[in-house]
Amino acid sequence: MYVAVKGGEQAIANAHALLASRGRGDRTQPAITPEQVRDQLGVLVSRVMTEGSVYDPDLAARAIAQAQGDALEAVTLMRTYRTTLPRFGTTVAIDTASLPSERRVSATFKDIPGGQQLGATFDYTHRLLADPTEPLAVQTAVEEDEPMPRVTDLLGAGALIEPVTNHGEGEDPDPDPADLTREPTVFPMSRAERMQALARGDEGFLLGMGYSTLRGYGGTHPFVGEVRVGEVEVEFVPPELGYPVSIGRIEVTECQMVAQFVGSSEVPPMFTRGYGLAFGRSERKAMSMSLVDRSMRWEELGERKVAPANDEEFVVEHADAVAATGFVEHLKLPHYVDFQAELVLIRGIQEEIRERQAGASPSSDPSTSSGVGPTSSDPSTSSGIFEEVSR
Amino acid sequence: MTFPRVTSNDAYLDEQTKRVIRRALLKGVAIPGFQVPFASREVPMPRGWGTGGVQVTASVIGPDDTLKVIDQGADDTTNAVSIRQFFSKVASCDTTTRTDEATVIQTRHRIPETPLSEGQIMVYQVPTPEPLRWLEPRESETRRLHALEDYGLMYVKLYEDIARYGHIAKTYDYPVIVNGRYMMAPSPIPSFDNPKLHRSPALHLFGAGREKRIYAVPPYTDVRSIDFEDFGFEPQQFKTPCAACGSVGVYMDEVIVDDQGGSIFVCSDTDHCERVAASRQEVDTRFEEASA
Repeated sequence: MYVAVKGGEQAIANAHALLASRGRGDRTQPAITPEQVRDQLGVLVSRVMTEGSVYDPDLAARAIAQAQGDALEAVTLMRTYRTTLPRFGTTVAIDTASLPSERRVSATFKDIPGGQQLGATFDYTHRLLADPTEPLAVQTAVEEDEPMPRVTDLLGAGALIEPVTNHGEGEDPDPDPADLTREPTVFPMSRAERMQALARGDEGFLLGMGYSTLRGYGGTHPFVGEVRVGEVEVEFVPPELGYPVSIGRIEVTECQMVAQFVGSSEVPPMFTRGYGLAFGRSERKAMSMSLVDRSMRWEELGERKVAPANDEEFVVEHADAVAATGFVEHLKLPHYVDFQAELVLIRGIQEEIRERQAGASPSSDPSTSSGVGPTSSDPSTSSGIFEEVSR
Repeated sequence: MTFPRVTSNDAYLDEQTKRVIRRALLKGVAIPGFQVPFASREVPMPRGWGTGGVQVTASVIGPDDTLKVIDQGADDTTNAVSIRQFFSKVASCDTTTRTDEATVIQTRHRIPETPLSEGQIMVYQVPTPEPLRWLEPRESETRRLHALEDYGLMYVKLYEDIARYGHIAKTYDYPVIVNGRYMMAPSPIPSFDNPKLHRSPALHLFGAGREKRIYAVPPYTDVRSIDFEDFGFEPQQFKTPCAACGSVGVYMDEVIVDDQGGSIFVCSDTDHCERVAASRQEVDTRFEEASA
């Protein structure tokens, strides 16, 4: 096989070697193991799993270590691995109402059945750099789990909030979700497709979009109905068995945002929902997602589209960090050819201007002595550039 | 830690995905210039770095093929090297830098100077498949404009360019009408290369990975660069011959040679340049031998 060997190949090999060496850092220090990343950088692992669309803390940890801590690189590694995996079906919808919650907070009611539980949160930590040698604080025993019905279900019982699904009589209450990684995406999207796009979307971008809805760009006046974090069983119905079997457990963060709705001639005013779900401990992501989800439902709820967060095409097309970072960074690639084409044009235009100015200056007409002004008698070449300049 | 062994199929993509992409390609060939949505997969390079081209190449290439990869006309630019290395690692095809030996040519922003022949496949890396994107950012709207063959926006833009600059200020990715119907972005090739698409004997496939679109120009299809009856299409022209091989009528790279703004022009197509220079040398040697 003939493979051309040119300067570029050596440069790439050297760059890879230097990258690996920089990533390793000081060799007198022990290398970080993926196990350490998995256990001690769990929040980052959650983000990489969520945006990478694969639930596998070990692989995500390995990706983070390989990417030298670059979250988007790690997400790209996960996605590239994921796309090679065969797909054998869709699981039963996970039941988050019955998940034994490690964390559960509601901003809508003080006292809720099952109680509130802070869980592992940065919320009330004082953001002071801590002494890493300080011993771990000991957690005091907590009460046993009791059932925690969803806050939105409590509102639903009084018909104060829109029903959870609008499937009609006889329709499948748990239809297969869409999958935009396997089917072409065409706008407008279904809510399921949008939710998948948001789940894969960049945490920072969604945070910004969600934030914008709170600052008046398409305000939805939301309340956190409930945020909960916990492990949930994943069940799958193999066609040859016909009944669900458990295939594992995943940790998820769920956010149900309760938003206002003014109502219409057919529907009385009631609360509406925004939903967010992410792998692991990803509260910021789940909350942002639920805000943006609610914003993008403007059409379904008969609202007006007034803000960037309402705009499905804008949000979905720009939320994917893998696409965004790839395209922004591709500007580093050579653009000699296009740039040369622009050079040729700009030089041509400038030359024409100079020629015209040179042709105009000997004129005795004082109005054209400035060098700017239409001088050519040929209308086809008397271009607007002069009008532009003299304006 | 347990880690599943990562293996991949020949040419990386699994056969199911290749079939999905081939279906999109067939539809693209059947409707020349029409952008076919497809579920673009991740490949092991970043989005925006040729992932559409890589997926198309992976779906059409086989063990009997010889692949050439160019970026900006050159075989030795780093991204071309990277993509060629990728395929020589994961696919069982041969690779080459010679245009006339290649059966599949993946390209970014150029069409080779050597005329293409029947049976060759050009694969273009496309950043923005929608020619109307800069005039209308919404995909739902541009799809409607294509459906209605409503290309007035583009003609107004060209008219405004002429009114303002005296030229059509579109120097690359110059829009074309394919087979008298669809307006198509030829990817950011310089408009110099546009005429090479017209009735080309080769098959031209365009892959936009990030934007999830595939389109095609089948062999011997009319490809017209849009213009006006009284203001024709004007591709670039270079006045000086190539400083390395003496070629004229080819696309040039400008090479800055000093800090006074001095520059020389050399062929953008490195394969063309090398072969012309080599044959010149051969002629010179023969001439010297004959005269000795």
